[in-house]
Amino acid sequence: MYVAVKGGEAAIRNAHALLAKKRRGEESVPEIGLDQIAGQLSLAVDRVMAEGSLYDRELAALAIKQARGDLIEAIFLARAFRTTLPRFGASVPVDTGAMRIERRISATFKDLPGGQVLGPTFDYTHRLMDERLATHASDADAPRQLAPSPRAGEGWGKGEERREADATPAAPMPRVTDLLGGEGLIEPSPADDGTPPRDLTREPLSFPADRPLRLQALARGDEGFLLALGYSTQRGYARTHPFVGEIRFGTVEVSLPVEELGFAVPLGDIAVTECQSVNQFKGSATEPPQFTRGYGLVFGQSERKAMSMALVDRALRFKELGEEKSAPSQDEEFVLSHCDNVQATGFVEHLKLPHYVDFQAELDLIRRMRAEAEAPDEMKEAAE
Amino acid sequence: MAIPALAVPALAAGFADPVHDAQRSFAAVMRAMSEPGLPVPLASDLDPPAPLSREAAACALALLDYETPVFLDAALSAAPAVAAFLRFHTGAPVVDDPAAARFAFIADAAALPDFGAFAQGEPDYPDRSATLIVQVSDFGTGAIVLEGPGIKGRRSFSAAPLPSDLPARLAANRALYPLGIDLILTAPGGVLGLPRTVKPVMED
Amino acid sequence: MNAPVTASSMPAITYNFAYLDEQTKRMIRRAILKAIAIPGYQVPFASREMPMPYGWGTGGVQVTAAILGADDVLKVIDQGSDDTTNAVAIRTFFETTAGVATTTRTQDATIIQTRHRIPEAELKAGQTIVFQVPIPEPLRYLEPRETETRRLHALADYGLMQVKLYEDIARHGHIATTYAYPVKVEGRYVMDPSPIPKFDNPKMNDSPALQLFGAGREKRIYAIPPHTQVVSLDFEDHPFKVQAFKEPCALCGATGVYLDEVILDDKGGRMFVCSDTDHCSTRQAEGHTGTMSAPYQEAAHD
Repeated sequence: MYVAVKGGEAAIRNAHALLAKKRRGEESVPEIGLDQIAGQLSLAVDRVMAEGSLYDRELAALAIKQARGDLIEAIFLARAFRTTLPRFGASVPVDTGAMRIERRISATFKDLPGGQVLGPTFDYTHRLMDERLATHASDADAPRQLAPSPRAGEGWGKGEERREADATPAAPMPRVTDLLGGEGLIEPSPADDGTPPRDLTREPLSFPADRPLRLQALARGDEGFLLALGYSTQRGYARTHPFVGEIRFGTVEVSLPVEELGFAVPLGDIAVTECQSVNQFKGSATEPPQFTRGYGLVFGQSERKAMSMALVDRALRFKELGEEKSAPSQDEEFVLSHCDNVQATGFVEHLKLPHYVDFQAELDLIRRMRAEAEAPDEMKEAAE
Repeated sequence: MAIPALAVPALAAGFADPVHDAQRSFAAVMRAMSEPGLPVPLASDLDPPAPLSREAAACALALLDYETPVFLDAALSAAPAVAAFLRFHTGAPVVDDPAAARFAFIADAAALPDFGAFAQGEPDYPDRSATLIVQVSDFGTGAIVLEGPGIKGRRSFSAAPLPSDLPARLAANRALYPLGIDLILTAPGGVLGLPRTVKPVMED
Repeated sequence: MNAPVTASSMPAITYNFAYLDEQTKRMIRRAILKAIAIPGYQVPFASREMPMPYGWGTGGVQVTAAILGADDVLKVIDQGSDDTTNAVAIRTFFETTAGVATTTRTQDATIIQTRHRIPEAELKAGQTIVFQVPIPEPLRYLEPRETETRRLHALADYGLMQVKLYEDIARHGHIATTYAYPVKVEGRYVMDPSPIPKFDNPKMNDSPALQLFGAGREKRIYAIPPHTQVVSLDFEDHPFKVQAFKEPCALCGATGVYLDEVILDDKGGRMFVCSDTDHCSTRQAEGHTGTMSAPYQEAAHD
């Protein structure tokens, strides 16, 4: 006698109860608060906001908590919530030139108007475990000196000194690409021809995809995937000779045009990281050579993502810039079809769903083929 | 959808139960398109401005929104309240160029425009074609015999008023397959689908 | 999932009937109508992120959510069974978000959402079966580029597929495709029937029910209207054949149905039972028995 196994609602309920218990962890330890996640795991929150394409620190913190710290799961939660929200319209483009800067560095100029502003960065820290963070007591201590002092004679830290010395808002810092553009040394930003960009989340992706659509996909694309692709361009797979013209991180104002009022109403500030790369120049018989550029913009502070995005954006522009196609990073169908980690994780992980009906079909076929292979020729050994 | 107050002169109401009325209307249209030539009941308590029929209005409210440019025939265009009703309840842009429309509403079925005026789809994307919603006064059986997907054997229907060359036009539309337009006929109390797959059986 | 978020400033989170907002439903409904008008052609649609992972039925769930009405009776199966975990999760999703009646009985359902099977009982006019589809493009494993496969469909150029099937025959003496076996719809579009075993392919032909296919991650919807010709691709000298099982179901004695192999021990002991659990339990209720039947008991449902 045999009783068939049933998945059953009870089993699922029990699994979910166990999950909730595991999420909570040891009950004698205080439960983590959303304010703690938003405040102390802020880069995790930034990543969830960026790849979840939903700018809300509290919801992102909730998602991280609910996902037990699994960021792709948290991104998925953010996306699934985002998709249910009504749309009120499209904001006017944010002006990163008017960004309230927290960090701004250029790798192409030693010093430049506004200076190099280090801001909160892991760069130059010695990656040594700081045992003092293991105790709450360390909170009260002065932070250990982990960064070397700014090097004399360079622009490093100048902007910060200025900001600390001067309580009034800093003057806007011109973008490096604008400075180069003033001399005509770099291709200009594409002109706004008034065509509203297509919306990746409201219409199915079709190819060829134009640059606004590609940038949308990259902006919500998986950081690790873009990092690897960007890295591959540096190793010769569609090399683009990049310089980091500038990385800036800070807040920009978002405003929504209201037709009845005839002007745009500010909605608030969001934190973004922008990376503009300055790449190999192009010229022709009729046009003098100019540097080209790649662009990256992400919610929150994520230089790794913004830089990777700029590298991949530049690689994807190969056709428009008359370059050879030779590498995966240039293949928009490959890049855009696989950069979304919510899609990717779903399809990879769906392999753990039952497939026994199809497997049965394969079993049947392979047994039949083996039987046929063995039957006609008795001399043949069972190849095992 | 914000509309300046002046532009709203006592507009006819939309669905009483937007979620479920839209679902019921769609379900009738889906059934009609999957079983071409079969009149499918569609109850609508809408009271749209004439000459838009309540069944056509139910189709409009179930299917149109800001993503679907809509074309109105001369009879419907002549009544500005119709466009105002559709714009208010669906947000669909009303277009003058039939080729730019995803949906077209035809109140004067006897003067059914040439199908070639509408988007036929593209070889890579045959779905990018127009759907025509055509108001007739009633459905019956007999006059036009159809074959094709959704029909076991053959099915016959009649509807009036319609141009006498409708079977020939349907056959010409079928010849373009997989391109072509799709038709939804509406009559009091029902809808009837004529997707591009229908093959009129001539001389039967 | 309906519990409001109570923390601080967060507004209560509420969802529409059947989860999707009305604009999304309209967009999907329009895609469904075009899919019905062009049987077998994959209509692109702006698939939404759903609260279950891509690859776990988001396409089917979106199609079901778009067509589902308050009076519908829903059945959800995975691998032919109402009780597999994913089937339970999806059924619960619609019970929670739409409050619709659900059933495990094929003949009582107005909508059947399925993954990997078509029920054994013949479907009826008025029923709609919604397939969850992972890779809707039948040519995808032969040509990974969407731009190319779209072109091939436009030209009705299916030579690649014929070559692939023929290579199978050359190498194995058989067409080695056992599931997701390609079909041609109304003599025009080659279509992926989703990963159902080829055993189920003949059920698609001339079915009285409406068949809808949703691929969420790949953002495609396609359809087969009732009474539409669906032909499995084959060759004159290698005609299409479905799997046949040597023994009947060990629980209900059914023959001519698709069976799951269950491994009983590590000594080669195995049994075969109906993959369609509703079909099997209906037969058992009618008194049919197999070699390993337990005395029949009313199924206890929780």
